[in-house]
Amino acid sequence: MRVTMTVNDVEVTREIEGRLLLVHFLRDTLGLTGTHWGCDTSNCGTCVVWLDGEPVKSCTVLAAMAGGHQVRTVEGLAKGAELDPVQQGFMQCHGLQCGFCTPGMMMTARALLDRNPDPSEAEIREAISGQICRCTGYATIVRSVRWAAVHEANAAAQLTETTESPAVGEIDNAGQPAGSPA
Amino acid sequence: MTTVHERVDTFHDNDQKPVGYGRMLRKEDPRFVRGRGRYVDDVQLPGMLHLAILRSPVAHARIVGIDTSAAEASPGVKAVVTGAMLAELNLAWMPTLSNDVQAVLATDKVRFQGQEVAFVVAEDRYAARDALELIDVEYDILDPVVDARRALEPGAPVIRDDLEGKTDNHCFDWETGDEAATEAVFARADVVVTEDIVYPRVHPAPMETCGAVADFDAVDGRLRLWSTTQAPHAHRTLYAIVAGIPEHKIQVIAPDIGGGFGNKVPIYPGYVCAIVGSIVTGKPVKWMEDRSENLISTGFARDYIMRGEIAATRDGRILAIRTNVLADHGAFNGTAAPVKYPAGFFGVFTGSYDIEAAYCKMTAVYTNKAPGGVAYACSFRITEAVYLVERIVDCLADELGMDPAELRLKNFIQPEQFPYTTKTGWVYDSGDYEPTMRLAMEMAGYAELRREQEEKRARGELMGIGIAFFTEAVGAGPRKNMDILGLGMADGCELRVHPTGKAVVRLSVQSQGQGHETTFAQIVAEEIGIPPADIDVVHGDTDNTPFGLGTYGSRSTPVSGAAAALVARKVRDKARIIASGMLEVSVADLEWSKGAFHVTGDPGKSVTIQDIALRAHGAGDLPEGVEGGLEAQICYNPSNLTYPHGAYICVVDVDPGTAQVTVRRFIAVDDCGTRINPMIIEGQVHGGLTDGVGMALMEMIAFDEDGNCLGASMMDYLIPTALEVPDWETGFTVTPSPHHPIGAKGVGESATVGSPPAIVNAVVDALKPFGVRHADMPLTPSRVWDAMRGHAQPPI
Repeated sequence: MRVTMTVNDVEVTREIEGRLLLVHFLRDTLGLTGTHWGCDTSNCGTCVVWLDGEPVKSCTVLAAMAGGHQVRTVEGLAKGAELDPVQQGFMQCHGLQCGFCTPGMMMTARALLDRNPDPSEAEIREAISGQICRCTGYATIVRSVRWAAVHEANAAAQLTETTESPAVGEIDNAGQPAGSPA
Repeated sequence: MTTVHERVDTFHDNDQKPVGYGRMLRKEDPRFVRGRGRYVDDVQLPGMLHLAILRSPVAHARIVGIDTSAAEASPGVKAVVTGAMLAELNLAWMPTLSNDVQAVLATDKVRFQGQEVAFVVAEDRYAARDALELIDVEYDILDPVVDARRALEPGAPVIRDDLEGKTDNHCFDWETGDEAATEAVFARADVVVTEDIVYPRVHPAPMETCGAVADFDAVDGRLRLWSTTQAPHAHRTLYAIVAGIPEHKIQVIAPDIGGGFGNKVPIYPGYVCAIVGSIVTGKPVKWMEDRSENLISTGFARDYIMRGEIAATRDGRILAIRTNVLADHGAFNGTAAPVKYPAGFFGVFTGSYDIEAAYCKMTAVYTNKAPGGVAYACSFRITEAVYLVERIVDCLADELGMDPAELRLKNFIQPEQFPYTTKTGWVYDSGDYEPTMRLAMEMAGYAELRREQEEKRARGELMGIGIAFFTEAVGAGPRKNMDILGLGMADGCELRVHPTGKAVVRLSVQSQGQGHETTFAQIVAEEIGIPPADIDVVHGDTDNTPFGLGTYGSRSTPVSGAAAALVARKVRDKARIIASGMLEVSVADLEWSKGAFHVTGDPGKSVTIQDIALRAHGAGDLPEGVEGGLEAQICYNPSNLTYPHGAYICVVDVDPGTAQVTVRRFIAVDDCGTRINPMIIEGQVHGGLTDGVGMALMEMIAFDEDGNCLGASMMDYLIPTALEVPDWETGFTVTPSPHHPIGAKGVGESATVGSPPAIVNAVVDALKPFGVRHADMPLTPSRVWDAMRGHAQPPI
């Protein structure tokens, strides 16, 4: 069958089998391998992408069902060379180790911040509770999302000419790292 | 948020500053956050085919016949291969890492549910799976052996009748310590406590399952294999032995790996199938297992049925520890452990205590379950050993009516006793246990927690405080004692400094998320003064890295980290000679300071490492006898393991109405010697603590009486999410390793080892009002409920 959808703002049309899963369409057909495949049963969330702005597990969505809809993947999170604050937060707060769950976690985090710009720790944990990370123990993921929230708030405040320094610590790799007594 | 407590007064001189650049961001993250990581399943080659494996639906059966004709006729199918076909190529069986053999594809019998029976190679994933449905296998069902306790009963079905003369399910016996001396101490002890303690079967379940892409070029006889491996070099050697392809014609590439935890140490039949698939079809072939395949067929962990005994004086002096273990190794002994250590490093079950005698007797058996045994960040069975000793010490505290912290403090090996030889022969390199324990108690507010508990108990509320103190043994070799199938456990490292002063360091170990690209750059940076940003770290590709045994058992920093520091010092020694020529002074008149050689007494006269690099490759003269270039290579053979330690305190609340356990707080104080990147260390600890919550409260690979795996998906095998774990409270002390060049010890598995006993001890402590002294993992609500009512049962 023929399916047309918009992926990361680009319209794509492909001839596919009706049973093709969205995760395989994105990875194998379009070559967007940032979205991962982890469990087949909607438990691990490493395949989370957005369907019309809502996070969905693409291992349990048929590609055909995305026809006519807007899909966004991790490859569509940054604005060109400028990383989304969520991506920056994950780097700043060690929100990833092996990186496999990271794209799904970031997509969920971005969707959370879009509807709740100042989530509590409990709200962040609830939001990512349908996803599994085996490396980080989640605390640094929570911090990463908070980092993004605080920095977005600060950026918005700066637009209204308020200059307040970020509430969350930052490490600068270019110079001497913060917190290093060396 | 997590608080990090530092105790500067426990630091030694070389720990006043972090190695390299301390808490710096990871160099690998920019690609991961953009979705630009490159994992095995991301590899796409022109003309690539897909492989799927048909697995046994039953635990034990004789194969009567296999009909592949319908599958071969299925659309898109390029090849269908059975065990009989592999047998003709002498490839039906392969050696395991424990010198046993394992079927690549079953020929005579299937021996566990999920065992590989046949494979299909087709044009896409879906076509390959379709064809699996069309393979008709006739099985003659046999009685399975599921309960390890019954495996050696007379008349039990013999699983391994492939082994010549095999008439039972005995796998191996092993013992350590002094049986007679231990018995003598037990005979005169005031107090003896005995407890049956089960560590059930669990699974590492990394987010990325196992898989491979094999590309065999028939013209030049070269095999390229991208695979999910933690040990690319060891795998290459074994493929050369198994497949008969010359080793120099094999390139094993471990690209980004989505978590390993020991699950990616063994060679699985699927990897060999992918290689055969590519040879047969002449095309690149991808095999990627699904989650169920990962859970039912790849390396499990634990499955130890233990009896622990502890002898002590009435006033709380621990005298001896004795244990008897029944180990379930599944259908093939696929344990990944050094050959001379069939039980891994279980011998450290004497823990952190100065005792008079110890003895362990172990019997391992075959059962109709998946093979494996050493996985899930267990540091070669130290997880089981630490769980046993830390559980039995708590049972002793209960018997004596002593506080468990006080009992531990009273029995620690003292700092002046190091290096300390245990009663089972392990030489602990360094340790200073009491400050670590005291810091954890201070961070937890231990006395206040006990007061709170007393008040709550008076109100009928169930709160528990659990303590665990562990010593690990990590960083295998030395090679004379430790090898895997004859390959000595040592690691190579190569460092090249380019003319412009940038560098590349090549490692034999491989990262599965540990951040090697960052920490190894930091180690080299500290030694040679080139910033980490200017040092590229190459790993996970046998064509481009020196030989070594790989990343598992927390051995990267203890072994390969040492290699990186020493190879950098070797380059620095050469740089010193070149500098002496450039500055026209003798080598003895030069002082090294952060990236430059200075003339003693004339600090203005100096050359940087970048100046020296240019000279080493330049047109100018070099000192007599010095070759051009600035590079070195070494192979590091560690003189001993490193022995990190830690003190963990867990606080739980148990709902008296539902028996649900909530981990309210977890305090982890780790001592892994010199700390290279504290951010990465804390991340490793956090991950291990989460594993501990999973194993203690949720995770178990169970089987029914027919040998059906009951943990075959993430709907059945429960792994902690963000809602089941607390925020972590971490702290540290620093006791450097005396034999490691920078004083570092391994840390990757410390928290997985140390946290399960802390959590179980906390739950048992909470259940004290019910007279509970022990309850086995996983402490699910139903199992806790049973324990509260006095009928706790072992999980297996």
